[in-house]
Amino acid sequence: MSVTADDVRRIARLARIAEPKDRIDTLVGELNGLLEWIDQLNEVDVDGVEPMTTPVKFPLPQRVDEVTDGDVRDKVLANAPKSEEGFFVVPKSVE
Amino acid sequence: MSDLLKHTLSDITAKLKAREVSATELATEALSASKAAQDKLNAFTAFDEDKTLVMAAASDERLAKGEGGMLEGAPLAIKDLFAVEGVSTTASSNILKGFKPTYESTVTQKMWDQGGVFLAKTSMDEFAMGSSNETANTGPVINPWKGTTDGNLTPGGSSGGSASALAADLCFGSTGTDTGGSIRQPASFTGTVGVKGTYGRTSRWGVVAFASSLDHPGPFGKTVKDSAMLLQAMSGHDAKDSTSLPNDVPDFVAAVGKSVKGLKIGVPKEYRIDAMPEEIAKMWDQGVEWLKAAGCEIVDISLPHTKYALPAYYIVAPAEASSNLARYDGMRFGIREDGEDLQAVYENTRAAGFGEEVQRRIMIGTYVLSAGYYDAYYLKAQKVRTRILQDFDAAYKQVDAILTPSAPSAAFTNGSKSNDPIEMYLNDVFTVTANLAGVPAMSVPAGLDKNGLPLGLQIITRALDEETMFSVGAAIEDAAGFTAKPEKWW
Repeated sequence: MSVTADDVRRIARLARIAEPKDRIDTLVGELNGLLEWIDQLNEVDVDGVEPMTTPVKFPLPQRVDEVTDGDVRDKVLANAPKSEEGFFVVPKSVE
Repeated sequence: MSDLLKHTLSDITAKLKAREVSATELATEALSASKAAQDKLNAFTAFDEDKTLVMAAASDERLAKGEGGMLEGAPLAIKDLFAVEGVSTTASSNILKGFKPTYESTVTQKMWDQGGVFLAKTSMDEFAMGSSNETANTGPVINPWKGTTDGNLTPGGSSGGSASALAADLCFGSTGTDTGGSIRQPASFTGTVGVKGTYGRTSRWGVVAFASSLDHPGPFGKTVKDSAMLLQAMSGHDAKDSTSLPNDVPDFVAAVGKSVKGLKIGVPKEYRIDAMPEEIAKMWDQGVEWLKAAGCEIVDISLPHTKYALPAYYIVAPAEASSNLARYDGMRFGIREDGEDLQAVYENTRAAGFGEEVQRRIMIGTYVLSAGYYDAYYLKAQKVRTRILQDFDAAYKQVDAILTPSAPSAAFTNGSKSNDPIEMYLNDVFTVTANLAGVPAMSVPAGLDKNGLPLGLQIITRALDEETMFSVGAAIEDAAGFTAKPEKWW
């Protein structure tokens, strides 16, 4: 499988990264190089093999479902690019 | 600089306890040496002198009362991926410029609970994505080692600042994170000991996420014993990390120096790659001889899926990263760039905030998770990951530990591999398997190459068996008698 310039634009859009106009060709080359390299995985027989989603082989405990934190509004807002009167201020998203 | 900073962590904590030196004196010296070295090594991203001195003074108070933890009074450097309350934490990325967490990561909190003193934040490849520290937004970190080479060498990555600061004797221990080799490769490049425990042994809470199922916080130490002390302090169950292991933490320090007689050591044939420099192959053979002399039984083993580990990693890690890094949207923290609508604000923020390597990996991750490609790439890679784990499970039926080189080369010149992503990725060829399988692994300095640069050997053990890893690591350390230090030029 290989990607085209249009694919790169589509991926950038999906990833919410502004179209890297001057680097599209470079990215096509780099991504195709990587995908070609990754294609060697097709040599591996994975018939009947379960996908591994975590390296943890042991039962993990579940904590009690209770509120253990809170009342930290100012801490939550401390790093906001913009906030006012205890709220995040974000660009208009509903027309 | 006096010789105080040259001590190991285990020696300096004994001196602090004996009141031969005060924590404040030590912190002051470490701060001044670190600041003086910053122009040359570029290892640090932030200092907070007040915090350092307040913590040192509190250590002195405890020491005066005969109290104190296992790291009491020792200045420690912290990778910029760990949240340290009130101190700039940016993952060496522009997108987190100005971010000062209002909370403390579990791992650093545990180190402070044991009396560790915060010295500084250290530089890293942006979001831990790299093997040379060249993708940091504050520029490359320089390795204190030059050997007989000209020019500046990389300390490796992604935890390059932590490795460089420790190798230059600016601190007594440092933290790193290892997702594909980001502790062990820099340790190998800088003549330090680098460790990652079993996946889940150290909490990921408060550590900026890269690839959650592969991220292992861990320490750099000057000796195997120092690294055992540090991992001991960092480890333990944390209810705030759902993958944190509930198991008790064994006495890692007690495992250092324990006899390795009768242990079975596996030597995997697949690690003898074509491109391996002769000196590294020789060092590996030497390591085998050392362990034989210490009474170990050497067993030739096979880990047949080794060559597929890196390509599988470059699906799994970017996929998890593309998901984890979706949080950087310019709304709640970090920078925000203007745009004509909300979508444009997101896109402009992320284009301006992420560097090229991070963008490349987010895009690969987005692609392999996108409709129509998920099964062919992501699911396939997860199945190959199972195969790699099965390789280890089969090997550990025959052996107690596995010995390999830590990295396929010694430290290289800055800029020499930055044009070819795959060539850079190959740095992790020996380390990445242990991340995929989640098993403990460490790099121990074993000797110098013909250019006078350090080379490390890697020890990999079973999940939850860090003790055997530390015992074998200490046996290598003893036999190697590695005492070389970089000649001071910084």
